[in-house]
Amino acid sequence: MSATTFIPAFVRRQSFIELNARARAQSLMDAGSWRELVGPFERIESPWLPEQGIAPQSDDGCVVLKGTIGGKPAIVIALEGKFQAGSMGEVSGAKMTAALDLASRDSRNGKKTAAVLLLETGGVRLQEANLGLAVIAEVMASMLALREHAPVITVIAGTVGCFGGMAIAAGLSSYIVMTREARLGLNGPEVIEQESGIDEFDSSDRALIWAINGGEQRVGMGVADELVTDDAQEITAIVRRFVEAGLPLVHRSQQVDLYRARIAALDTSKQIDPLSLRGSWNEEKKEGVAR
Amino acid sequence: MEKLEFDYPSAKRRVTRKAHVGVVGSGDMEILMEPAKSSIAHVSVLTSVNGFGSSWKAVLDRFFSKYDGAVRIHINDAGATPGSVMLRLEQAAEVIES
Amino acid sequence: MSTQVGLRGKSWFQAFTGKNSPMAGDPGSVLTADAKLGEDTARFLCVVPNPEARFPCARRGEVGLEESYALAARLREVIEQDENGKKRPIVALVDVKSQAYGRREETAAIFLATATAADAYASARMKGHPVIALVMGNAISGGFLTHGYQANRILAFDDADVVIHAMHKAAAARITLRTVEELEALGKKIAPLSYDIHDYAKLGLLHKLLHVENPDTPSPTTVSQVQKELIDAIADARAGARDLSDRLNSEGAREMRKAGLLARARMEDQWANA
Repeated sequence: MSATTFIPAFVRRQSFIELNARARAQSLMDAGSWRELVGPFERIESPWLPEQGIAPQSDDGCVVLKGTIGGKPAIVIALEGKFQAGSMGEVSGAKMTAALDLASRDSRNGKKTAAVLLLETGGVRLQEANLGLAVIAEVMASMLALREHAPVITVIAGTVGCFGGMAIAAGLSSYIVMTREARLGLNGPEVIEQESGIDEFDSSDRALIWAINGGEQRVGMGVADELVTDDAQEITAIVRRFVEAGLPLVHRSQQVDLYRARIAALDTSKQIDPLSLRGSWNEEKKEGVAR
Repeated sequence: MEKLEFDYPSAKRRVTRKAHVGVVGSGDMEILMEPAKSSIAHVSVLTSVNGFGSSWKAVLDRFFSKYDGAVRIHINDAGATPGSVMLRLEQAAEVIES
Repeated sequence: MSTQVGLRGKSWFQAFTGKNSPMAGDPGSVLTADAKLGEDTARFLCVVPNPEARFPCARRGEVGLEESYALAARLREVIEQDENGKKRPIVALVDVKSQAYGRREETAAIFLATATAADAYASARMKGHPVIALVMGNAISGGFLTHGYQANRILAFDDADVVIHAMHKAAAARITLRTVEELEALGKKIAPLSYDIHDYAKLGLLHKLLHVENPDTPSPTTVSQVQKELIDAIADARAGARDLSDRLNSEGAREMRKAGLLARARMEDQWANA
């Protein structure tokens, strides 16, 4: 006689954060449906890093998978947060842009192809400066082109979070998924402290950082769409749901009047209490509905 | 920045698979292992930490004293310890042989 | 840097449009006006310093929350007004210190504000409006991504005060633990790192580098000269694609972005079989 062994859910839970970029991307795709494009064995690496004494990575920290999610054509583009803080360089940016453009082309030809961006990134790779900045502008353009046909879903899981120019890209997404651990902000706390002083932002104040940039806050104030636990299965299910849902009725980055009015209503004489925005900004949260 | 190359004529057994392990984080490395173009094993290392040529040789000598696959290995290294280098080589070999 | 950031923008805006104040309801930091440019009426947009700005971290020519939404609103207005007619050109006059670095900004989601403005610029471009960015001073980081970098064509003054970059010299020096002199030397060796507009021009992103006399206080002749360049750029944009592919098809890209172009080519090759 055998007894079934009960394994509680929290033991079976697979941490998404602990996976590297490649494993994260693979976990989101339908099993057996995907192929990696311009992968590590292609060895298209940064031509700029070795010159500056920095070891390159074979995939330049960007993984591109093409396959299906919930049976629908999709690409997943994942930035490796452990390589140069997931920063955007000439090659990683080119891979991201090219994949988005090819998804757009397929979409225009009748095969709607959603894009999922796993953004673990500090933004521009300073060692590639102007090429990094240029490539982010190109990624943004390509996201906006694809967004006319198919959803662009950004997942920010941590631990690097999504900062710098890539936070602007995140803002263009059809949907943003975040864990509690994740952070999303244009300027990191250290940069603000450096540029505007410690009174403006004490970058050692972790509670403050998450109160402003953390997943719970961003979702709570309605500038991100879904708060998830650090669980690969749960994240896959949510991504699948957004791929299935298709384009929202209107993209957040096109809701100019709504957000302009919200900014106008702020009392700027003192710092803004983040929690207060969870009430006032989420009242009229528009539900994403498929077209 | 240092580029090191090593050949291992003793490693002649044909292999068919590829393996990729690791991420080039600070103090870490990645290994790409695939069938050799020639009939012997060849290793190239690109490392941001100079002056450890003999350490690399020692680890690779030890690895190939136990492994005879005719593999082409490339390593991008940002300061991994010899211990973790050996671990990654073994992980990669495991995938090749699986 | 001899000029204060943002003053060039103001004087050129006035020279092109005859105006020097914001449209009704807009913050003092965003100047918008429609003005004749050759055969067209073009919308000119400029972000300038505003010491009276409501947000303390957005008073010196930074692109902050109010600036981003004002730009977005004035761009969407153009898109809407020209929906069924000729798409008027849009000219972004760029002299921006950076994005605004403040806690209020982060709390109120400046990442979204800047996205909204970039979205509006790109949407106008995708609808067929020729969008031209004229860099006359600083074009740094998030400020440029928001105001200018979605343009069909980028022009810049050939001048030592014109800097396009991902991070100010002083900040970059601090973060990379180098001196400013070391950074400048590195920039001489590695073009993408340079603060010199001539090196930026090598990257193939710039449509044209304009030699201009007295860029701080231009003469009427100089203004006419630059207007002609804008008109040419507009015609070039109209004749070309509505995306940013021009930047990848340039000689500079072929020279300096080989690895990126290779990655694109391989991606396309492998896509069909995936």
